[in-house]
Amino acid sequence: MVQYKLAPLDAAFAALSDATRRGVLEQLGHGECSITALAVRFNMTLTGIKKHISILEQAGLVVTEKTGRVRTCRLGPGRLEDEAAWIERYRQRWALRFDALDDIIDELKQGEGQNVGSE
Amino acid sequence: MSGVNETVVERKSDRELVVTRQFNAPPEIVFEAWSRPEIFQRWWVPKALGVPLRACEMDVRTGGGYRLEFGLDAANAMAFFGKYTDVVPPSRIVWTNEESGEITVTTVTFKDLGGKTLLTLSELYPNKEGCDEALQGSAAGLPIQFEQLDDLLADRAG
Repeated sequence: MVQYKLAPLDAAFAALSDATRRGVLEQLGHGECSITALAVRFNMTLTGIKKHISILEQAGLVVTEKTGRVRTCRLGPGRLEDEAAWIERYRQRWALRFDALDDIIDELKQGEGQNVGSE
Repeated sequence: MSGVNETVVERKSDRELVVTRQFNAPPEIVFEAWSRPEIFQRWWVPKALGVPLRACEMDVRTGGGYRLEFGLDAANAMAFFGKYTDVVPPSRIVWTNEESGEITVTTVTFKDLGGKTLLTLSELYPNKEGCDEALQGSAAGLPIQFEQLDDLLADRAG
């Protein structure tokens, strides 16, 4: 169930929601690595790790480059946005709640709290 | 969407997230919206989620407890529960979140700005990992329904 039409923030968020993918980023933080080496490191099949890498690539968190028969992965330009993206997502959740709360507060102000229970 | 009352989030430390926002009403009214279950449930789980609260029990007094349960049916319900450890109407509510096995403490304060209210909400996690998880949205505090919310927000932002 991978969606390819995600906004950049969603892509980063989805990419970072998986422990293996976060592990891959951590590993690449220490230096570039071939896909084969990553598969061994995370005890996965080549196909399995490629799926993860592809999601990280779409989010701009990883770039890959093929030299001969070896595909090398390194951190991409999106990596500095991780925390900022998470915090923005968290903020949006609260903002949505608080916008709903604004409406309720307006009702309370007008109605002195009468008839504002669940309808 | 007035744009005036912006929701601001800061990561204060490895273990703490702080959300601030202003409301156009005095603290008494904002506190009421947080302390009466029949009102609280109308905004805490935004309608946009389309996920009804199956149960909403809140005894907003120091020493009282709460239990929120939502989901479409009993098999897919998700419960949130804890205790109110410090309630001072209309300026402060502190509660624990105990559903994940590790206790997270949420503190909400309502500061009077002369007819308006500055709300500050702090979530203190037992460790850095819990805080990171909350941001990633995979913590117990963010059920599957938030994925729908994420989609919704993405649509609105797009």
